[in-house]
Amino acid sequence: MASTVYELRCNECGKSFGNRPLSACDECLAPLEVQYDLESVRGRFTRETVAAGPMNIWRYKELLPIPEGFLPDLPVGFTPLLKAKNLGKKIGADHLYVKNDAVCFPTLSFKDRVVSVALANAQAFGFKTVGCSSTGNLANSVAAQSARLGLRACILVPSDLEAAKILNTLVYGARLVRIDGNYDHVNRLCTLIADEYNWGFVNVNLRPYYAEGSKTIGYEIAEQLGWKLPDNVVVPMAGGSMIRKIRKAFRELVALGLVEHKDVRFFGAQATGCSPISHSVKQGWDYIEPQRPNTIARSLAIGNPADGPLASKMIQETGGWAEDVSDVEIVSGIQELAETEGVFTETAGGVTTAVTARLYSQGRISRDQVTVSIISGNGLKTLDALEGQYPAERAVKPKLAAFDEYIREVDASLVEELVLAGGVQ
Amino acid sequence: MSVKIVLPTALARHTDGQKAFDSDAKDLPSLIAEFDTKFPALSQNVKDENGKLRRFINVYVNDEDIRFLGGDAHQFEDGDEVMLIPSIAGGIL
Repeated sequence: MASTVYELRCNECGKSFGNRPLSACDECLAPLEVQYDLESVRGRFTRETVAAGPMNIWRYKELLPIPEGFLPDLPVGFTPLLKAKNLGKKIGADHLYVKNDAVCFPTLSFKDRVVSVALANAQAFGFKTVGCSSTGNLANSVAAQSARLGLRACILVPSDLEAAKILNTLVYGARLVRIDGNYDHVNRLCTLIADEYNWGFVNVNLRPYYAEGSKTIGYEIAEQLGWKLPDNVVVPMAGGSMIRKIRKAFRELVALGLVEHKDVRFFGAQATGCSPISHSVKQGWDYIEPQRPNTIARSLAIGNPADGPLASKMIQETGGWAEDVSDVEIVSGIQELAETEGVFTETAGGVTTAVTARLYSQGRISRDQVTVSIISGNGLKTLDALEGQYPAERAVKPKLAAFDEYIREVDASLVEELVLAGGVQ
Repeated sequence: MSVKIVLPTALARHTDGQKAFDSDAKDLPSLIAEFDTKFPALSQNVKDENGKLRRFINVYVNDEDIRFLGGDAHQFEDGDEVMLIPSIAGGIL
């Protein structure tokens, strides 16, 4: 079977680079991006061929930068798109959907998508050791997937990372190095290491390939909506890459005739304690001013986002907007999504949920439009964010009378339901 | 007064392979002016059409982003390490 034709190209000056582990243009130093010859895919990528593929991201492999001969291994992605009826009722939304990457395989975040594409390329380029700078989710995914592929992994994280995310990296046998600094320090160090060591850093020298994995969220949303594009997408922003790749995915589907064209508006979500991109959008800038992160949403705490300027520009072009919310609102967002839809997300999902609610209340998104809110990670990884929210109640004696007394004391409304059910008199 | 300039591999091809060298520049504009005379190829590579440093290059002074220190107005001190890195760096050509 013919394979898709793709190569690295400079976003700014258009110079081509073929395929190699490289992320910046040697002429103008702008980021490189994977460009496809969509004509080489036409006819081979249709609703029917996708439907005949496996129930994971590899059903879209014709539009991913996958080396010749690569055999997909892990069933990554194809996470549920849930109609959020209860949350919608609460915030005034009739057609709100939640894209639930809190249950992405294998490590419960959207990073599994990007890592699987990056590691396929790391193997093809002959790297024996892979690495990343990470705010946690990426670390987990690189550690897990490299273990499965038999690659060695060296992972650098900020020293203040949540304990769960550290443990969730170490358990796979990866070498984890805690760096005394924030993510931006870690990331800069990784660029220096990538310059000296022959390692495949998924988000440094493999970044153009890695970032393409985010497109699969866009393909899935369109397919799960019955091959239609939504009116709006609300996306959490850290480095600013995912939001751009979802638009790229939508555009490719339109170009190949799988969906009808629609002017989808893109909305970005950040924590106020680290909001360089939302600040840029609000100011109408095409650049960002770096910030020193200070937020519980550590997975979004990138003060100097590499794709920030492009993300800001893109959001403004689509007629979208960006908002940022406080740490208190982030916790409320986590609780609200769990209480209404039964989805337990991490702090980044709390950000997206709280921002989504705000966009409806501001009237920036109207209630009758189809809107997808992206939930990118799992709440079990950031339990510390909810510390103190649910103090342990006193233990009750295993006697009906004691229980009856207790339940009337803490929540009498439950008792009424029991009486109606004929259970207690 | 002397500061140490550090470049990534991608830029060292414009400096005869030197990834680190000493400079007596007192601030960022004077460092760029120094590139003009010392390493014209580098200068052409890192400057945009307005003669400013391209927006895809980050500058760090002793591990701190120069934008936090006042940018062009920031005065280097003796012994500072000044590092230029593409905002998305990495990779060997």
